[in-house]
Amino acid sequence: MNDKPEKLIDKKGLRLDGRKLDELRPVKIEVGVISNADGSAYIEHGKNKILAGVYGPREVHPKHLALPDRTVLKCRYHMAPFSVQERKSPAPSRREIELSKVIRESLEPAIFMEYYPRTMIDVFVEVLQADGGTRCASITAAALALADSGIPMRDLVVACAAGKVEEKIVLDLMDTEDKLGSADVPVALMPNLNAVTLLQMDGILSTDEFESAVNLALEGCKQIYALQKEALRTKYVSIKEENKEEAEE
Amino acid sequence: MAQVITKVKQKQIAQLIEKGKRLDGRELTDYREIKIEQGIIERAEGSARILLGKTEVVVGIKVEMGEPFSDTPNEGVLTVNAELVPLASPRFEPGPPDENSIELARIVDRGIRESKAIDTGKLCIEPGKKVFVVFVDVYVLNHDGNLIDASALAAMAALLNTKMGKYEVEDGEVKMKPGYEQLPLKKRPITVTCAKIGGRIVVDPWLDEEQVMDARISIAFDDDDNICAIQKGGTGYFEPKELFEAARIAKEKAKELRKKLNW
Repeated sequence: MNDKPEKLIDKKGLRLDGRKLDELRPVKIEVGVISNADGSAYIEHGKNKILAGVYGPREVHPKHLALPDRTVLKCRYHMAPFSVQERKSPAPSRREIELSKVIRESLEPAIFMEYYPRTMIDVFVEVLQADGGTRCASITAAALALADSGIPMRDLVVACAAGKVEEKIVLDLMDTEDKLGSADVPVALMPNLNAVTLLQMDGILSTDEFESAVNLALEGCKQIYALQKEALRTKYVSIKEENKEEAEE
Repeated sequence: MAQVITKVKQKQIAQLIEKGKRLDGRELTDYREIKIEQGIIERAEGSARILLGKTEVVVGIKVEMGEPFSDTPNEGVLTVNAELVPLASPRFEPGPPDENSIELARIVDRGIRESKAIDTGKLCIEPGKKVFVVFVDVYVLNHDGNLIDASALAAMAALLNTKMGKYEVEDGEVKMKPGYEQLPLKKRPITVTCAKIGGRIVVDPWLDEEQVMDARISIAFDDDDNICAIQKGGTGYFEPKELFEAARIAKEKAKELRKKLNW
């Protein structure tokens, strides 16, 4: 597991898992997976397995955080101790605190915050298994959970990363590529508004490479967006069919 | 975060920026005056104080012996921490670091780490067992906006000013020798923050502008003008073309700062 592969991209231009440079990992999304939550979604993005649940709008706790003109969005990104190779302490790490903040900031522009003054909306993200690109998959799932909860939104938010591996700009880095590659650029997008709500980068890129990485990531986002919409539709189609069956009985 | 700016002023700032002007008289892409002073804390191995307009940050560097990470047994360790000291702003409170100070520390950390500013290979004493740990402590003393650029600049200035003790290894024991040497550095990253206000990009937002801004983007550049770290912040968004515009502006500003600071 800890053996470093010699090459991340082979002669045919294929990556370790057989993907092309601009190919996404397989993505599976399901909406409405936690009966207790007001909204929820589950995503499998490559080997990432992530659950997102939304509670709210509900009473603000602690009370003094309440805002008179808008709701308060809270977000917790958390990794399960068994989600990574070496057990991760369940206490929130500095990385998780930072990611909770950037994920929240990536979702907030999509929500009509002013519709629910003096309330709070909680978004909980649990990473059950991690394989690179968890923040992006978390955003994709969290936006769906928000939509599932019925909170009015301007758009969905969908996220995907691009990066640089062995001098090539590639889409959707998995863990090995993230660790051994030379740059990672996660991007979140509200597709209908053409608005980027999350952008981070680490590694080394020229400004031109940065632009092509962002553009490639945006293409990835648009592909996942189609799956996101499909997942949301699937839930309501199944509810409709259940109702129809009941009516016939 | 508490709102401490009136609606009237918010409007005024936004309207001026629309016309390409700023309330404090700067051009949209101007930095405030930058003053850097190095070596202000004698007890620390390295230190620097920056005044970016009225924003004031002190960075102290401590170098101590410690253990390397298991995946990089031959490399020294970099640790960045940031304290938003309560005396620096009515909005800072005592207590453990909140998400803002953690984010600040991690942005400064990424700029230094990803540009490979510190030659960590030279900080190894005994592979897998003993290395030097470089502690970068960012201390915000007055918050008047753009803590990210101020902290990143002060951290780099402090690293440039860092002297560490000489040592020799005798029978597996590390002994300190008299004299000092410069902390081995390879790169000098510079971070530039742009804010988006009413569709326009402004450089180095001060506190009032930060409260009006839709979003910000901080980009770190290494000595070869490559991007080495980015962080978008704030609850608004950027259109892709705005991002690329910000990247171009930031690159020019980083070059300008590099020349001015002689880095």
